[in-house]
Amino acid sequence: MARNEHEAYETFIKGIWRDNPVFVQVLGMCPMLAVTNSAINAVAMGGATLFVLVGSSFLVASFKQWIPKQVRISGFIIIIATFVTVADYTLLALVPKVHKELGAFIPLIVANCMILGRQEAFASRNTVRLAVMDALGTSGGFMVALFSLGAIREILGNGSLFGVDLFGEHFEPWVIMILPPGGFLTLGLILLFFNWVTQQKDKFIEQVAEAERVASDG
Amino acid sequence: MKQKDPDLLLLHAPLLHQGMTTPSAMRDVLYALMPVTVAALWFFGLGALLVLGACIAGAVLTEWFFSISEKRGESLLDASAILTGLLLGLTLPPGLPIWMAFLGGVVAIGLGKVIWGGLGHNLFNPALLGRAFLLATFPIPMTTWTSLRGSESFFHVSASNLALPFMQTKVDIVSSASPLGLMKFEQEVTPLTNLMFGNTLGSLGETSGVLLLLGGIYLWIRRDLDWRIPVSILLTVVMFSGGLTLVDAVRFPSPLFSIFSGGLLLGAIYMATDPVTSPLTPRGTWIFGIGVGVLVVLIRVFGGLPEGVMYAILLMNAATPLIDRYTQPRIFGR
Repeated sequence: MARNEHEAYETFIKGIWRDNPVFVQVLGMCPMLAVTNSAINAVAMGGATLFVLVGSSFLVASFKQWIPKQVRISGFIIIIATFVTVADYTLLALVPKVHKELGAFIPLIVANCMILGRQEAFASRNTVRLAVMDALGTSGGFMVALFSLGAIREILGNGSLFGVDLFGEHFEPWVIMILPPGGFLTLGLILLFFNWVTQQKDKFIEQVAEAERVASDG
Repeated sequence: MKQKDPDLLLLHAPLLHQGMTTPSAMRDVLYALMPVTVAALWFFGLGALLVLGACIAGAVLTEWFFSISEKRGESLLDASAILTGLLLGLTLPPGLPIWMAFLGGVVAIGLGKVIWGGLGHNLFNPALLGRAFLLATFPIPMTTWTSLRGSESFFHVSASNLALPFMQTKVDIVSSASPLGLMKFEQEVTPLTNLMFGNTLGSLGETSGVLLLLGGIYLWIRRDLDWRIPVSILLTVVMFSGGLTLVDAVRFPSPLFSIFSGGLLLGAIYMATDPVTSPLTPRGTWIFGIGVGVLVVLIRVFGGLPEGVMYAILLMNAATPLIDRYTQPRIFGR
């Protein structure tokens, strides 16, 4: 049981950090760039994606032995689309303003390759428990990425976070951050940072290995 | 043995070094820009010095920051970062808050040069990239042209220059439209002598056409500049806008006005000729120059913006690899 616990935890953490869907796998770029011009939109998008991914991973993992291999992709898509429809109407009923801002990007969650990728690569081959942990981790990672991008863009582009004014009325907004180029720039810089961190880590591991080799030789 | 315009020049082993290095070329451009810089200081006062200084500081600090992490200390010594900063500063309006100018310098070097792999690897002109970023980020301060110093003291600094970082300029600057804006939106022509000698509103370095031309001639004598690029740009603009003037002299500006107004001379002489971002072959440079000229007139006359030199050069920068590929000289004998 302890090993199981550990495995589930590993799966969860992997999605958030080491295999982060955005920063490492570079998946789901469309919603990432399109809806992150404010933190609230980013979080709503992340929430909707979390709901869809967890729900469909759960169903796919539960029904995996009854889905014929030849039509599995369409089967996954039907399950995903069902959850997307639920998310779409829920957002429309609860937060119509946010729903209006996100616009076509909610139905487009169906086409998010990150979600289909998790079904094909993980949920259809693992137990329900692991699949749900993986879905939670992956969409958690997606949420972290969306939020960091949305927060940076809203703070610089509007001087506010979640609509709360941060700098007073004399703030000079960075118009570009609200516009699409700001999304590309910010995402590029974050990816740059992530690659740099990974590189430094690899370098460090190599150095430690080298030092150990020298030590064991000597 | 002297051939006229040889297609192929064969040389023997003891080759003479021409004596031209990257730092010396960069220094030449800096010298060529000195008269314009001094004129900018004269016309706009100490504020201009602050803006230029902030740009250069941003550019040099960024270059330095990335050269320590990459252990490339020598990249600071070739003065290219100073030149980028100065060129960027000359394209900015004199009343710009200095924190924005500093940010522009950081972006110009960081996004315009370092990220591509340093000097010689960038696709776009770094100074223009910095300016494009600033224009997209702060559209209002970037198009607010403060009036000339006039009779005020040299040491008078406009309050807008000294806005705190991330804060807005207080709206007390005396501003009016630049000659191009007047032409486009009010069809009012600025007298040509004002344009030539710098007695107009505009960016720091675009006010004095004559001094820019002088610097260009110096660079041409020193062989630091491919004369084909400015000549083809200016000729294209003259012919295109001349043709338009023949059609309707009220709506379209005269060729001379087109040449001496806005940043055309600054762009054509100092930015389009950047050896890194312009084509290598003579045929390619003609195509490049004509492309820039056509785009400049198209954007100025038919586009929504009063000035189009920056976007014209950036667009043709993007086309440069393609031009280079299609104008590659045939391998001899094939």
